[in-house]
Amino acid sequence: MFDESQEPTIAAIATPPGPGGIGVIRVSGSRASSLLTAVFHPTNRRRGLRSHQFCHGLIKDPESGTMLDEVLAVYMQAPKTYTREDVVEIHCHGSYLVLESVLALLLRLGAELAAPGEFTKRAFLNGRIDLTRAEAVMELLEANTPARVDMARTQLGGGLHDVIMAIRHRLLACRAVIEVAIDFPDEDVEIIDPQAMIEQVSHEVLTPLQDLLEAADKGRIYRDGISVVILGRPNVGKSSLLNSLLREERAIVSAVPGTTRDTIEEMLTIGGVPVHIVDTAGIRESAEAVEEIGIERARAKLGQADLVLFLLDATSGITAEDEVLRQALPAKPVLYVVNKIDIVEDYRVDDYHLKLADAPLVAISAKEGDGIAALEQAVYELVTGGDQWDPGHEVVPNIRHQAALQKARQAGSRVVDGLSIGLPPDLVAIELQAALDHMGDIIGETTTEDVLDLIFQQFCLGK
Amino acid sequence: MKNMENKYDVVVVGAGHAGCEAALAAARLGCRTACLVMNVDGIGAMSCNPAIGGLAKGHLVKEIDALGGEMAKNIDATAIQFRRLNTSKGPAVWSSRAQADRLLYRLRMKSVLENQENLHIRQAVVDRLVVRQGRIVGVITSLEEEIRCQTVIVATGTFLHGLIHIGLKNFPAGRLGDAPSNSLPSHLRELGFKMGRMKTGTTPRLDATTIDFSDLEAQYSDEPANLFSFASRGGPVLEQRPCHITYTNETTHEIIRAGTDRSPMYTGVIEGIGARYCPSVEDKVMRFPDKLRHQIFLEPEGLDTVEIYPNGLPTSLPVDVQLAMLRSIKGLEQVNIIRPGYAIEYDYVEPTQLTSSLETKLIRGLFLAGQINGTSGYEEAAAQGLMAGINAVRYCREEEPLILGRSQAYIGVLIDDLITLGTKEPYRLFTSRAEYRLLLREDNADLRLTDIGHRIGLVDDDTYQRFTIKKKAIGAAVDLLNTTRIRPSREVQERFRKKGLVEPRQTASLADLLRRPEIGLDDLAVLSGTALAIAEAVKVEVELEVKYEGYIKRQMEQVARSKKLEEIELPPGLDYGGIAGLSNEVVEKLNTITPRSLGQASRISGVTPAAISVLQVYLKKEGLL
Repeated sequence: MFDESQEPTIAAIATPPGPGGIGVIRVSGSRASSLLTAVFHPTNRRRGLRSHQFCHGLIKDPESGTMLDEVLAVYMQAPKTYTREDVVEIHCHGSYLVLESVLALLLRLGAELAAPGEFTKRAFLNGRIDLTRAEAVMELLEANTPARVDMARTQLGGGLHDVIMAIRHRLLACRAVIEVAIDFPDEDVEIIDPQAMIEQVSHEVLTPLQDLLEAADKGRIYRDGISVVILGRPNVGKSSLLNSLLREERAIVSAVPGTTRDTIEEMLTIGGVPVHIVDTAGIRESAEAVEEIGIERARAKLGQADLVLFLLDATSGITAEDEVLRQALPAKPVLYVVNKIDIVEDYRVDDYHLKLADAPLVAISAKEGDGIAALEQAVYELVTGGDQWDPGHEVVPNIRHQAALQKARQAGSRVVDGLSIGLPPDLVAIELQAALDHMGDIIGETTTEDVLDLIFQQFCLGK
Repeated sequence: MKNMENKYDVVVVGAGHAGCEAALAAARLGCRTACLVMNVDGIGAMSCNPAIGGLAKGHLVKEIDALGGEMAKNIDATAIQFRRLNTSKGPAVWSSRAQADRLLYRLRMKSVLENQENLHIRQAVVDRLVVRQGRIVGVITSLEEEIRCQTVIVATGTFLHGLIHIGLKNFPAGRLGDAPSNSLPSHLRELGFKMGRMKTGTTPRLDATTIDFSDLEAQYSDEPANLFSFASRGGPVLEQRPCHITYTNETTHEIIRAGTDRSPMYTGVIEGIGARYCPSVEDKVMRFPDKLRHQIFLEPEGLDTVEIYPNGLPTSLPVDVQLAMLRSIKGLEQVNIIRPGYAIEYDYVEPTQLTSSLETKLIRGLFLAGQINGTSGYEEAAAQGLMAGINAVRYCREEEPLILGRSQAYIGVLIDDLITLGTKEPYRLFTSRAEYRLLLREDNADLRLTDIGHRIGLVDDDTYQRFTIKKKAIGAAVDLLNTTRIRPSREVQERFRKKGLVEPRQTASLADLLRRPEIGLDDLAVLSGTALAIAEAVKVEVELEVKYEGYIKRQMEQVARSKKLEEIELPPGLDYGGIAGLSNEVVEKLNTITPRSLGQASRISGVTPAAISVLQVYLKKEGLL
């Protein structure tokens, strides 16, 4: 029997469901090694198991003696493991049924099924990684575009952690200056120089915080993607444009069928940005009532859009119907797209610029695929602001970090304001501490169990 | 003769600042108390500087007063200078400090003890404790007399194995002129206590008739003086005297450097650890060679003495070097030394062996207070003495101990730090040790603690009555400011302009106006054109409460947040070694400190937030949460 007071030894299938070459079962905890010995029969019995070395053998049910699989097993002795506990990995054949039978055996022998994210949670609790790195693991697993992978890698490498620590260091240094001035008034040591401290906080706290917040804003479109709505009157070529974009785009992530019969929604990536594209092609001339509903739905989609592609027909120019639609546009960035330029011989782009007050505009032939690259470039520039920003080389905070960073920035601003109006140092110290606490929240120094649970529940099983 | 004479509820060993408060508290609460002191003439003696209060220490004195202690009343009656420090650094850190007439301070305290009902003062040296089944049952004196009791409070200051150093000469002493206590510390070791060794020092005392004050800057008492005790009325009792300020110079530093070959500090004779924040002058000179001068306050030791305490000059250099360095200082060219400065090494008990009530974990009914716990300073000692006295009584009566939280009092911060973190150097309180500094002000010490003092029985009904009236007056005044609104009439605008203030554009309450940094409470009457019925005695409190309301609220929110952890209790017998996920280092620390709550555990150095999470998860799983 094992000691009831011990934290349970956890086990889970670490590879995704479905057939594969191999499938891995991971076990972590003080009983990992004894569990393995109970079920594993090494081929080379004399050599046996050595820490951090693969060993070939069979998994057998100790009661029935049934052979479950031929495997490679590795036992990794604490602390140099993922969780800082004893860890065992069993590399089985990739059949889910085989994996489940091996897992079931381990559970029967006393292992507990790992909760989502529990391995990484233990790595954090045992002090191997800070909270930002733990989150990076989750982000890396979820990443579905190269940009997201890059961002997660930077964070996993301690990118965010290091920036936060540098800011904390500066805040602590300011705090120390104030505390010395307060607690040692008789020593004629350096009194507080408010101007110098304002500059330090501005440059070494507020500026990096601002940079992080901007990166979070910019990074968000790479992480969460953007929503683009194609709008235009009937027969202007909306469906062809969508098809054309999808044809161009090789990295189609998924094809979600329209959630209503009036709109069609697709996912693609433009310049590394995941784009959720909505075609309002469903709005067709039909019975008036139906049209009303269609327009309502299109409006709802428009409300959520980050960018509107307003499609025009080069063969007809800007019609009265176009104007009606234009008047109905919400206050969103709009890119005008003049279609069917392959048909019109005397297409003159200047006419459109004039009429549309120099709004961003591209000319394409959806049918021929002409101008699609320019259209993508225009979309990219509009949503990213066009600056040369590479998410792969930036520290990009997530939403949780963003909230704490904003609070830290507010507290930091109150420090600066307080110093400039001559607020007594003991009160300035309160604001400095508030900023420090918010920074501590990010790296998990002051995080409560509730928040931890929330964070770790988002992990996929077995990680 | 076996009789009731030699049987007490509480025996206090020592009558310094801790011992006096402990003995008074126990006797006042109705326990039969004995105060055993080596030399009755040493009761309430100020061994080092003749001053009470200062940074964070002033806070302690006011807290002691609010709980019903004696220190504040004693200094108010015997001070020859009152000053409030740090007035420019914000309301949380204003600190009161007073110079005492050293002789009168001691004599008054002795008289208070002498006249206290239930309290016997006895000149005796305690050599051993009598322990039966893990409980204290008595003490044995050097005359082999056994005194029986339920509780003992040991408050022996620097006397345990005290060893004085002056130059390379050293000799056993409790302080200059008094014998040390050598049996008791050995006995404590035998009982199993972990002891350490510390060092502190004091300055030479100078003859004022040989000092030329004519060119030195004088520093006078504040006008009006702010007394310590919430019960004190009127101004200072004694005539007020100034201090004078002078500085060391390059020649002084040269003499000191040349003398370090005969310094017990620099030749390795002293092994005890001194405080970093209270260095000897030789330390200051050696460690900060770039500093060209160090400030020295020449403090009078009393009205009827010529002795001067040169604050800033603690030293253990040989007497000839002391004299040479002093005579290199402006104003001291002809000075004579009355008593030499010295360093003293002494044993202390590692305070992590105490619980929050200051009772030892090893022996039930045994309490330790003051410098024996590794602290430094009269006020820190007195605060512990008071709490040990209160808790010894509560132990006798089988009542829950009185434990003050970190958000309640500096006393709470002090004791929690000692028992949770321990200390390797003499521990001194700083305002920065308190995380909720704005809540723990000097001015609101009565509001924070008088209720408690009254409830436990140390604050009498009259005092409490006056306190409730004051509290009501504060509430009424704050209401008045919140409900009185002024409209931006032409007349009002004009009043603002006259004062050089930005005129208001909307109707605002007086409280709103007071929150503007440039407007004070006294301006409001002028600006609003109405006399405000706010009593002088509550003005400071009212102004701070309104003006800094936002900050105060923010700190209260922080308290509320941390309260969750503070309220999660850790069972005393918890086997930390059996909890997976805790490193050996953390397990060892938790086993040593045996924290009372998860909050306390989180403050133990080396116990990480992750370890706290592990404990929380464990408690949840075990159904203890």
